[in-house]
Order: sequence, then structure tokens, then C-alpha cells
Amino acid sequence: MPAPRAILIWAALATAIALPLIVAASSPLLEWRDPVYIVAGLAGVTGMVLILLQPLLAGGYMPGLRMQRGRSLHRWVGALLLVSVIVHVAGLWLTSPPDVIDALLLVSPTPFSIWGVISMWAIFATALLALLRSRRSLGPRAWRLGHSALALIIVVGTVLHALLIQGTMGQVSKIILSVLVVAATLKAFADLRAWALLRRRKG
Amino acid sequence: MTQTTPTRRTFLMAGTATAGAMLTTGASGLLMPARAQTLAPTPTMRGGANNYRPGAPIVERIGGGGFWMTGTVRRAGDGAPLEGIRIQIWAHTTEGHERDAHSHGATLTAADGTFRLEMPQIVPAFGQAHGHLAYDSDIDSSPFQTVFLRPVMRSPDDKTLNADFVLQPA
Repeated sequence: MPAPRAILIWAALATAIALPLIVAASSPLLEWRDPVYIVAGLAGVTGMVLILLQPLLAGGYMPGLRMQRGRSLHRWVGALLLVSVIVHVAGLWLTSPPDVIDALLLVSPTPFSIWGVISMWAIFATALLALLRSRRSLGPRAWRLGHSALALIIVVGTVLHALLIQGTMGQVSKIILSVLVVAATLKAFADLRAWALLRRRKG
Repeated sequence: MTQTTPTRRTFLMAGTATAGAMLTTGASGLLMPARAQTLAPTPTMRGGANNYRPGAPIVERIGGGGFWMTGTVRRAGDGAPLEGIRIQIWAHTTEGHERDAHSHGATLTAADGTFRLEMPQIVPAFGQAHGHLAYDSDIDSSPFQTVFLRPVMRSPDDKTLNADFVLQPA
């Protein structure tokens, strides 16, 4: 790939990552929030941005990070996503324990919390599958199908969670990030064709 | 009565109340036609009691003010306005988090059952601009069942929020 095109792609990705973070970090709501609550919110935005990276790395779309290097970075970003979700939930818990308990017990009055909790469990489940896979306790077929199904749940859950919240994310940058996350995920799914594994066994 | 802004919740509650009233009148209307105008009690809302502080003091105003929480308290059944009922109000505002003691305050209803308490501007927290109100029978020691409300503002720019209680005699 010619260098200018690679630079353009990386610049576009850098913007897609930086913009929602900058908008959220300059939200007027932050003035009325404790540091713990601010960190919790930004950890959530960071998690969503990391979710945009994942299909791009898995699909090998980023210049200079083709399959093997992309996959290796994909694992590290996955670990970072796990950390950001834990910081997000822990920070919210410290800010208002009863609201987080309601969300985790699926009795919250806010419709977006259920989507966040679904995503959280799907991320935890992915981490567990990855651990089993690295110990060879899980075969490649089960890993690919499980990881792909959970990835879809994570993406849909996170996007709905973010869109329904009245929070620090800017409305425009939130919608743009959501569209990018869904588009990148669909593209990677179309190319990687994990569902072909299902068809092969039947045929 | 204070005007109630129609939200999905009030719409649903009104629908529930109507359905409840229809059920009640359907069942008892044949026997006691005079009690047709039965007012159903307000149910506690999900998450309504979150960060509640039992016994928060009665105050003239919470913090610097600038925002008004309004509402009415009536008796279930005949809808009679209830005077001197203690309502606690709290929210995440420009002056503090919900859990902070200084974000809480209580007020008493007037003879016509209305209450209004000035408080700092409510700002969105945990995804929604919302307030909390409590009628706690343990604190108020009047003979009604405890109710916690969690009304949501239609817009975070609103300068007032209304919540109506219909209390069920214990």
C-alpha cells in the first residue's frame, strides 16, 4: 500500500478514537461530578473506542498491522477492554452503589443499564473463552464460534447502552462512533465468515 | 392541583390508574355505585429509594436553590388532599451527588395537599436527569404506606419537576 493512503487511514482512525474522548472529556456535566465518577464515565467511552479497534485489527484492515501483528494487538486491546469495563463498573459502584446493584440485578429503571450489563457479561465470557483457548482447553472451532457470537452481543449491547444514555458523550460524536463500530464489525464478520463453520458441519 | 407534564411514565401511570379504577369499579361498582371515583394509590417506582437518607431534616431550601420540585399528596380512594405530610427530596444537582447529605431535604404539604421545595438545578446522572422523592411512614408516622418516586425530567434544561403522591392508608 502506498504510504499516503496508509497515513490517511491511520489519521482517520486516530480521529475516530480521539474525537469522542475529547468531547466527553470536555462535557459540561463533568463540572458537577467527583473524580471517581468522571473516571468511570471516561472508562466507558474508552471501552467503546476499543471496541471500534477490535474488528479493524481482527480483520487485518490497518496498514502495517496485517493478520499476525493485527491479531496480536487485538489480544492486548481485548485485555484493555476488560480493564476499562471493570474500571467503569467499579467507579459507578463507588459513586452510587444502589444504582449499580439495581443494574446488575436487572431491575434498574433505566433501559440502557440492561444493555451495559449484557455487554459486560459478554466481555467477561470472552475473556474466559480466551483463557481456555490459550490453555488449549477449547478447540479452534468452538473458540471462533463463541468469540464471534459474543462479539456481536458486545457490539449491539454497547451501542444501545451508549445511545440511550444522557451523559458526557456528545450526541453527534456518539452517533458517529456507533455507526463506525457497527460498520467495522459487519465488515469483519462478512470477511471472516465464522458462521461458515456452522454450515460445514451440517453439510 | 399543580400541572403535570405528560411523560411516558405519567401516561403509563395514568393508564394503570385508570385500569385499576376500572377494575375496582367493575368489581365493586355493582355493589357500591357511590364509590365509582376511586383514586388508585401511587406505586413505588424502581430505583426510587436509591441513596435515600432516612430522617433528612425539614429545610427552607436545599442549597442555593434555583430549581423547584413540586407535587401533591392525596389519599387513595376519595382523593382528599393530605396536609402536613413529610416528603423528602434529593437528586444529583449542580451542588452535589445524590449520596451527599447536603443534597437531601424534606418539606411538609400545605392544607391543599401541595408541596414545593427549592433546590439546586438537577443535572443528568447515571444516564438520566431525574429526582427522588420519598414518603416514609417510619419517619412521618402518619397512617399511610411508604412510597418512593423517581420522576425523570423531559429535558435536562427544565427548571422544575413535578411528582404526585396518592397514599394508601396502611
